[in-house]
Amino acid sequence: MNSIVPAPIAALPWRIILILLALVAIGTTVLYSAAGGSFQPWAGQHMIRFLVLAAMAIAMSRMPLEFWKSITFPLYGILILMLVAVEIVGFAGGGSQRWINLGFISIQPSEIMKPAIVLAAAWFFDRLPPAKINSLEAIWPVGALVIVPSILVIIQPDFDAALAYIFCVVVIAFLAGLPILYFWAGGGAIMALAPIVYFFGLRPYQQNRVLIFLNPEKDPLGAGYHITQSKIAIGSGGIFGKGFGNGTQSHLDYLPEGHTDFIFATMAEEWGLAGGLVILFLYYLLMRWGLTVAMESRTRYGQLVAAGLTCTIFFYMMINLLMVVGFAPVAGLPLPFVSHGGSSMLTMMICIGIIMSVERHPGSRRGQLS
Amino acid sequence: MIEKRAPTSGQLDLSFSRRAVFIGGVQATIGGVVATRMGYISIFESERYKLLSESNRINLTLIPPRRGWFIDRLGKPIATNRADFRVDIIPDRLVDKDATIKTLAQLLSLDQDDIDRIAREVTEAQGFQPVEVASGLDYESFARVSVRLPDLPGVSPRQGFSRYYPSGAAVGHLLGYVGVVSAEEYKLNRDPLMITPGFKIGKDSLEKAFEPQLQGKPGAKRTEVTARGKIVRDLSTRSDTPGKPVQLAINIDLHNYAARRLGMESGSVVVIDCLTGDILAMVSMPCFDPNSFSEGIGRMEWKMLSGDERVPLRNKSLQGLYPPGSTLKPMVGLALLKQGIDPAETVTCGGGYRLGNRVFKCLGRHGPMNMTDAIMKSCNTYFYAMSNRVGYDAIAPVARELGLGQRFPLPFSSQSYGTVPDSAWKLKKFGQEWTSSDTLNATIGQGYMIASPFQLALMSARIASGLKLQPEILLKKRQPAAHLSCPDEHLDVVRKGMDLVVNGAGTAVRSRLELDAIQMAGKTGTAQVRAIKDGFRGKSGAWKYRDHGLFVCYAPTVNPRYAASVVIEHGMGGARAAAPVAKDVLTFLFDPGKAMAALETFEAGWGGGIQERMDRQYAAFQAAQGGTP
Repeated sequence: MNSIVPAPIAALPWRIILILLALVAIGTTVLYSAAGGSFQPWAGQHMIRFLVLAAMAIAMSRMPLEFWKSITFPLYGILILMLVAVEIVGFAGGGSQRWINLGFISIQPSEIMKPAIVLAAAWFFDRLPPAKINSLEAIWPVGALVIVPSILVIIQPDFDAALAYIFCVVVIAFLAGLPILYFWAGGGAIMALAPIVYFFGLRPYQQNRVLIFLNPEKDPLGAGYHITQSKIAIGSGGIFGKGFGNGTQSHLDYLPEGHTDFIFATMAEEWGLAGGLVILFLYYLLMRWGLTVAMESRTRYGQLVAAGLTCTIFFYMMINLLMVVGFAPVAGLPLPFVSHGGSSMLTMMICIGIIMSVERHPGSRRGQLS
Repeated sequence: MIEKRAPTSGQLDLSFSRRAVFIGGVQATIGGVVATRMGYISIFESERYKLLSESNRINLTLIPPRRGWFIDRLGKPIATNRADFRVDIIPDRLVDKDATIKTLAQLLSLDQDDIDRIAREVTEAQGFQPVEVASGLDYESFARVSVRLPDLPGVSPRQGFSRYYPSGAAVGHLLGYVGVVSAEEYKLNRDPLMITPGFKIGKDSLEKAFEPQLQGKPGAKRTEVTARGKIVRDLSTRSDTPGKPVQLAINIDLHNYAARRLGMESGSVVVIDCLTGDILAMVSMPCFDPNSFSEGIGRMEWKMLSGDERVPLRNKSLQGLYPPGSTLKPMVGLALLKQGIDPAETVTCGGGYRLGNRVFKCLGRHGPMNMTDAIMKSCNTYFYAMSNRVGYDAIAPVARELGLGQRFPLPFSSQSYGTVPDSAWKLKKFGQEWTSSDTLNATIGQGYMIASPFQLALMSARIASGLKLQPEILLKKRQPAAHLSCPDEHLDVVRKGMDLVVNGAGTAVRSRLELDAIQMAGKTGTAQVRAIKDGFRGKSGAWKYRDHGLFVCYAPTVNPRYAASVVIEHGMGGARAAAPVAKDVLTFLFDPGKAMAALETFEAGWGGGIQERMDRQYAAFQAAQGGTP
């Protein structure tokens, strides 16, 4: 190839890198404005983190799929131990704790568990003989796989993480070909149980929280405050926004968490509906890339890993955006690649790195070359 | 159907592709939901949210309007506004009530009485209402509080205006006072102005009656604030529109003079213009100081005022009712003349009048008395005899025509109208027939007959002018008054009698005006306090059992210009207590310098002016209560 661009650089997966760069650039701009026109304390760090983690992701993309397979269970086991350790340290420390401090770096095991559980589930379905897919043997191991870490994080308490594990594993199970009947039955059961749980399982204050989510104006200064202020920020931005640096909701602190969970509202106030649609379009490209990689992968493991990790990213996005526009309760999930925050960025880039690895190693179709 | 058979890996691949497309579709759908929702919020609901965003960002502070002035008939100020620095507490925003009040007490050196009042008002205010900590502060104190603001949430120092009454206590009953809006008042009018710190409304008398005119329109200050209430910058300020002034018929110099001249006494002075019916002065003393009332009165001061037997909280001119005593005799004379009694006809006074087997006493043995002599000497016997001849039902209509027992549309919320009794009234009230002894009692202004000092002054003005004058507290153009139903010849007879009271050999000769060419006519009255029975004359003993002293008068005797009434509670006699006050007040109208000289001599003897004496009384009261001075 006679190009002025050296081959190793030209070989990089530029499509995905450009998508992420665009998202991170938007995030950096919004963080710069939210800090009152300063790279301190968020925007600069955000950019540097991305660059470092992008390098890590590119390095990860060089790893063959066999490597991921080989580390799946050791990683899963270590993370379970770390979740237990966090509990013990937290119990000893007299408070809830999510971090484990290794001296040089703090690790949040519940975060790393998100891609790890995808790898584990994909590994399981890859190993499962196709003929057994309709049997009970296809269900209970994967159920155990997800329930153990879920219970551990619920104790922390971190319901969002448990929800993410369950969501990803359900998606992988769906893609792996479990009978469609299971999903209908599961969905039906949730629909039937929800009112029962609401009326008999929840305490009055928990019921109240649900009611406030359904009608945030009911409690504009309490739990509904976040959602109300977020909608004010988005609505007052209109179609083209108030302009860069002119968002009053974020600058005057009416919008809580304007640089993390509610960054989409901060952005929408200044850039309007137009800015929001740009972000949604970039996410569309990102999802399309992820699912394309999955469908083009010729190994079952690669398919399930790429699709599962894409859905992990999607889960963050979905919960965050639905929350910001007032369609989901307030949860502590950031907007991938845009929100400020190191641990979520790390998780996201691990997902990206592994999907890139699948893209690089499509493998050969089972049964054709073995 | 695939599920029924054992699937192969090829089938699973196929199923994966289908299901992945389905997942992609679900994702796209959720993306569409987000985009639609966002579009709905930012396009269709944008206006509403823009408004909410602005109301978040902008804090609108109302600037209380400056209150309209009260000015007197010559344009002199009676109530004005004084620029001041003040500190309020917004109870809603208080974090630590006790600590905040303690700090403020230290910074502003408040006394215990103030601290108690603030603590009480903060508790009662129910959150929304500002409580005044102090007003009229100097800049130093104001600055001391301002720099401590970050540690004092709920404290609001501001520069504003407060009501100022230059005459102090002299105008307390006339004007009333202003105060912060009460919970009940706020329930009726939810205007946010009502709960703006520094805003006050009229609470009594004229301040209350003319509230709509005096209030004005608030200004507003727009500031940009953060969610924590920190002010980022001022955006714009619209200044207030002050309320309109109200011009009273009062002559404030005369009014103040009368208030001072009452001195240590508890009583009332009302002066009416004989040409128009304008109320030139309407004084009731002692009185609260409307300046300190408007700042929020301390518990101690309130206790002192409400416990005082001289009732400084009652407007005696309009609410006080007294037996008018002999001041009614000129009125009775008019009634007798109307019934055809010859004024020259004499009745011989032997010291009393026998009715059946009871003798109604006169104060002296006056011998033969005609009508003018009887007025001059205040001879009861003459009036007993003549009234008994015509009957009281012939006298009561004249009393009413002169204003007694009548209601007048004056803008004071609380007035008393007194009683002019007659046979029909008694029958209705007590179910009893009118008797001759009722006639005799009513004739000398005792028994059922009661009137307010204001009504007595109006009676005097109507006799002096011969006109059916309508009283008026506002200065305005009015229709000339009609003539009374009695002819001038009748009026001249009783006027002659009143002239002789002061300038002849009457009961008030010692109060003759010391002016060239101007003389005063009048009539004394001494009213028994009801609790006293015959045999005890009420000239000594405990203050509250002594007789009231009354005097009605007008001047000059020819072409009368001014009429007045003076009532001194428990003054022991009209000639002794009331007439000298009337003399000085009327002198002031013709020769202020001379009147002032007389007053200054008195005040030196009393221990200072009104304010000085009130301050001393308060200090003594505090000491007696064991409070800190």
